[in-house]
Amino acid sequence: MSVIARLARSLAVPVLVLAAWEAVSRAGLVSPLVLPAPSQVALRWLAYLLPTEPYDPATGSWLRWAVSGELPHDAFTSLYRVLGGFAIGAGLALPLGLFMGARPLVYEMMNPLLQILRPIPPIAFIPLAILWFGLGNPPAFFLISLGAFFPVLMNTIAGVRNVDAIYLRAARNLGAGEWTLFRRVMVPAAMPYILTGVRVGFGVAFIVVIVAEMIAVNAGLGYRILEAREYFWSDKIIAGMITIGLAGLGIDTAMNHLNAWLLRWHRGLDT
Amino acid sequence: MSAISLRGVGIVFRTGGREVVAVDGVDLEVREGELVCLLGPSGCGKSTLLNAVAGFVRPTSGEVLASGRAVTAPGPDRAMVFQEYALFPWMTVADNVGFGLTLRGEPAAAVREKVDALLSKLGLLEFRERFPKDLSGGMRQRVAIARVLAIDPPMLLMDEPFGALDALTRRNLQDELLRIWAELRKTILFVTHGIEESIYLADRVVVMTYRPGTVKEIVPITLPRPRDPSSAEFNAVKRRLAELVMEEQARSETAERRATAD
Repeated sequence: MSVIARLARSLAVPVLVLAAWEAVSRAGLVSPLVLPAPSQVALRWLAYLLPTEPYDPATGSWLRWAVSGELPHDAFTSLYRVLGGFAIGAGLALPLGLFMGARPLVYEMMNPLLQILRPIPPIAFIPLAILWFGLGNPPAFFLISLGAFFPVLMNTIAGVRNVDAIYLRAARNLGAGEWTLFRRVMVPAAMPYILTGVRVGFGVAFIVVIVAEMIAVNAGLGYRILEAREYFWSDKIIAGMITIGLAGLGIDTAMNHLNAWLLRWHRGLDT
Repeated sequence: MSAISLRGVGIVFRTGGREVVAVDGVDLEVREGELVCLLGPSGCGKSTLLNAVAGFVRPTSGEVLASGRAVTAPGPDRAMVFQEYALFPWMTVADNVGFGLTLRGEPAAAVREKVDALLSKLGLLEFRERFPKDLSGGMRQRVAIARVLAIDPPMLLMDEPFGALDALTRRNLQDELLRIWAELRKTILFVTHGIEESIYLADRVVVMTYRPGTVKEIVPITLPRPRDPSSAEFNAVKRRLAELVMEEQARSETAERRATAD
């Protein structure tokens, strides 16, 4: 099939939906307060993206000016929280998961507590997070790290426990000690599972950041759509949502590439 | 001194409250530089016996000595080649082959030199940066052989290493193994259920009985190498071994049938 035909096929439905939406709005069938036209959303998104001041070389570099709009600032802020929270959560989950996977005794001791904590959604920790960490970034980091923690932990444990015994035998046979066995055999063998956990963890972190930003912060994508609601800026709410969608897509694509590279040895990824 | 001594070795497995005597009262001396095949139907305990020499399984009774010392754990002096290759899929061919050397703390340059020499000897040099998934079964087993040869062990333990390969590739690797053995004079303990394979390779063939695994008969193979599987002498030995093995195969089938009927 030609590229054009394929493109036409995948664009047909979105274009049709947008056209219908635009027509409904223009005909005045729904109030723009409830559902603004897509053209209006697009304009608002552009305004949200672009700098508010005209470029003045005296105030700094062009690049700095180009990202001085509200949207880049919000996106960076949210991404910073996601990355920070994820780093804390995954940074704790990974060593604990490896340890629990490799040592049945540790697993048996830690598992009951974790199984009770795991089903509690991070959202339910919001009141405690504010109580413990106050306002601003710290409670957001706490909630996001909580969201990222369990997917990474559970997958890491499963990964280590599912390492094929024949690799352990082969490595021992070649003279590997416990530490080498762990570092050069168990960890890489568990990597497909660990990366699945990282991917799911990132997804959860991204959900949690939006919710966390709806409390007690003054920037970020989640904050922005809540702020827009206060002013009945429906177009800006949708523009913010689209931005969240694009950012999520971007993170997922980057993760995909990282996965494919880290697991280039893996049979399952053959195309 | 024998390279490998098995003295009254018995191995009992406990599975689900039931005891299975896998190996019973096996005595065997393998001389240094000798190539010995353990031959028998599946369930005769030949792989279990090999695992005991490797140190993966502890004998329930008797003792296993390697170079005069009691075997208590796996070690690089008794390098194992597995039927499933057991290459580390996340390492390149070169890293797999160099694994044992880096464990000893050899400098990277020395490892690289040894690895490349081995790879070119086995015709694998052009694949040094490839991952195991990119290789055919025959090439993977060559890499596995290179990986154990890299650490230059006095003994090789081979657990049906060519069992998963097609007939032509298998013959190729058998010849390769004989060439390596003639050059390096390693002691080789080779587990197989292939009657022809055992005659083609071995100095002596140890025929084992089905459950419990005991030594049924030790058959020395005195045919000059290279051996011709189509020769009359070869086939005379083959007939004799086939009789011995098929008796055990028949016993194993009867036992399986009874176990299934229960």
